[in-house]
Amino acid sequence: MILFVIPAFPLLAALLGAFPRCERYLPQATFIAALASTIVSLYIAAGIAAHGVLIAFPHWVAVDALSAVLLCVITAVTTLAALFSWGYVGTFGHETAFSSRVYYANFNLFVVSMLLIPVVVEPGLAWIAVELTTLLSIFLVAFENTRGALEAAWKYMTITLLGATIAVLGFLVFFWAMKAAHASDFTWDGLRAVAGTMPAPLLQVGFLLVLVGFGAKVGLVPLHTWLPDAHSQAPSPVCALLSGIETTVVLYVILRLLPIVRETPLVHASLWAVIFGLVSVGVAAFLIVQTHDYKRLFAFSTVEHMGIILTAAAIGGSLAAYGTIWQIVNHAFTKSFCFYAAGAVLMLSGSREITAVRGLVERSRIAGVALLLGALAIAGAPPFAVFSSELDVLKAGLARGQYVTTSLLALFIIIAFVGMLAQVNRMVFGLAPVANHGRTPSRARLPLACTVSLVIGAIPAVALGLVMPQPLHALLQQAAAGLAQ
Amino acid sequence: MPLGYAVNGLFLGGFLFFSYRMIAARQVRGVLTAFVAQSLCLAASAFTLGASTMLWELLALGAVTFISKPILIPIVLTRLVPGGIYEIRELPRTVHPRLSLIAAVVLSVLAYLVTLPLVAVALGPTLGAANVVVGFAGLLLGGYQVTIRREAIPQLLGILAMENGAFLAGISIAPDFPLIAELAIAFDIPLLAFIVGLLTRAMHEQIGTTETSSLTSLREESIW
Repeated sequence: MILFVIPAFPLLAALLGAFPRCERYLPQATFIAALASTIVSLYIAAGIAAHGVLIAFPHWVAVDALSAVLLCVITAVTTLAALFSWGYVGTFGHETAFSSRVYYANFNLFVVSMLLIPVVVEPGLAWIAVELTTLLSIFLVAFENTRGALEAAWKYMTITLLGATIAVLGFLVFFWAMKAAHASDFTWDGLRAVAGTMPAPLLQVGFLLVLVGFGAKVGLVPLHTWLPDAHSQAPSPVCALLSGIETTVVLYVILRLLPIVRETPLVHASLWAVIFGLVSVGVAAFLIVQTHDYKRLFAFSTVEHMGIILTAAAIGGSLAAYGTIWQIVNHAFTKSFCFYAAGAVLMLSGSREITAVRGLVERSRIAGVALLLGALAIAGAPPFAVFSSELDVLKAGLARGQYVTTSLLALFIIIAFVGMLAQVNRMVFGLAPVANHGRTPSRARLPLACTVSLVIGAIPAVALGLVMPQPLHALLQQAAAGLAQ
Repeated sequence: MPLGYAVNGLFLGGFLFFSYRMIAARQVRGVLTAFVAQSLCLAASAFTLGASTMLWELLALGAVTFISKPILIPIVLTRLVPGGIYEIRELPRTVHPRLSLIAAVVLSVLAYLVTLPLVAVALGPTLGAANVVVGFAGLLLGGYQVTIRREAIPQLLGILAMENGAFLAGISIAPDFPLIAELAIAFDIPLLAFIVGLLTRAMHEQIGTTETSSLTSLREESIW
């Protein structure tokens, strides 16, 4: 039952928003709720590392090592996003109490929907949780209520719901395939147990429907077009949630299906995953070079990283599985940190344009350093955490003899690296002063909560590349073993 | 059971007809009316299959579909979205209805060709076999509607029509799909209509239009 405590905290914080008298306590309540969820998630993860799977409701709700990793990542990123929101919302153009209440209610409910995905083991329920993440985040994307924000929210809604509809048919086809194999346990493990006996044509159609359908939500090319719009128009802490964890938890559902379909020869699941993954990394790398908006820059980086994770999972084997999960963890922490830095720059400059921001480090040391660190870390520079996980993935590719895939992956990562640093370098060290294009009010100093978020957010992005805590390593190994089976 | 085949065939024919009607309707209100009729055909097909196979899950799903789609969704949408939007004539400005109907026939044939091998592998000549073909066609036709429509409400109804297609296939290929999941999915649809209705209203108030094809301010990069 301890499992239900994790979503209960943000749910309570969301309910608090229903009472107008509590509105000024919402930032604190959201932060405390997220922190409490993180502590419980870590406790559960420690238990799973020691004793294995935790089953709350057989066939419906359970947590294994992979789910536990996801729970810890979601709650930890949410805690920092809540802290950043504390400084960001209400002090930066969102002064009305109504907006603040709407923001925190949606924020907490959105987090609850994301927490449901890794804990449900029945694919139909997982689909509902994914659908809820979209429905509960539409108004977070549209929060600024500008033409751009509403346009982004509409595109986000249309493409991701269209994808979810395709995916639901995919799950129904999986159920059909399971029944054709005379089985009745419609769970991730139940499907895996009868993987070899399910008809290959059904598995192929089912997997492709889910890959394309949920691929739209993950941001895989060519269904990624909503992602840079939504992730650039939403408030920065929401971007941290959307880019850092929402895309990942949906990708998690695809990763759960891969071991079920991988071993059926006619399905070609790994091939499809590599194609979608590499095309996403390649296209995102070239778009990173071209973009003129620094929030879109980080959004395209998310498309790139989703492609890397999918390709890594498709490579197969325990080393690649370890790299996949390690990359999920590092991307979540680092990308959310990048969006806090982007949010700080937006607060100081009032513009999202890369050309409008020059000499940032002179205007604000902390924002300039954070943006540079974030860009270096997410681009995969050593010794940051993303470098370590990308290296694991590339080594796994070479060890499995997948030279073409690995070479293309390395090439696209390098292009994205150069593009990212060229863009950010101009912003941080460029000669011209920071300009205010008047689109949004600029501030002289960052709120304390935002500064603290930037300092804390940098810690995992840097430290996890230098030191691997033994309990985390053990949990990752356990999760990788489950994914690679 | 010949009577069951005939009755279900009638509802499937109706489902396909109203899918075409949604694509060809010139006014937003016409699209909504066709969606209601299509949803009624879906509920009726679920009742027919449920009665024929004595599966109470299908009867329950038919009842929930009957309440949520033909009743709740029009209520939610007409309450949230200003009435004038339903009188907008938007289709002739994008694709001519005759051309759209030809495209719809091509998509239906494509659905038939894709699903026939699947039905042969795992279903055989059962009562619900045609549901798979018509359901896939409904999914494709709904997707086509999303791409050709310029107004927010017909685009939303296109997505909901896709879901109708998925469920029409689902009641045949997965009749005993866990009911808790199916009920949650069925109740999720009115929530979806509610939230998208609110978003459409916000667009109408803030931008002054619900024509989504005019939302092009964020286009920036192109790899080509």
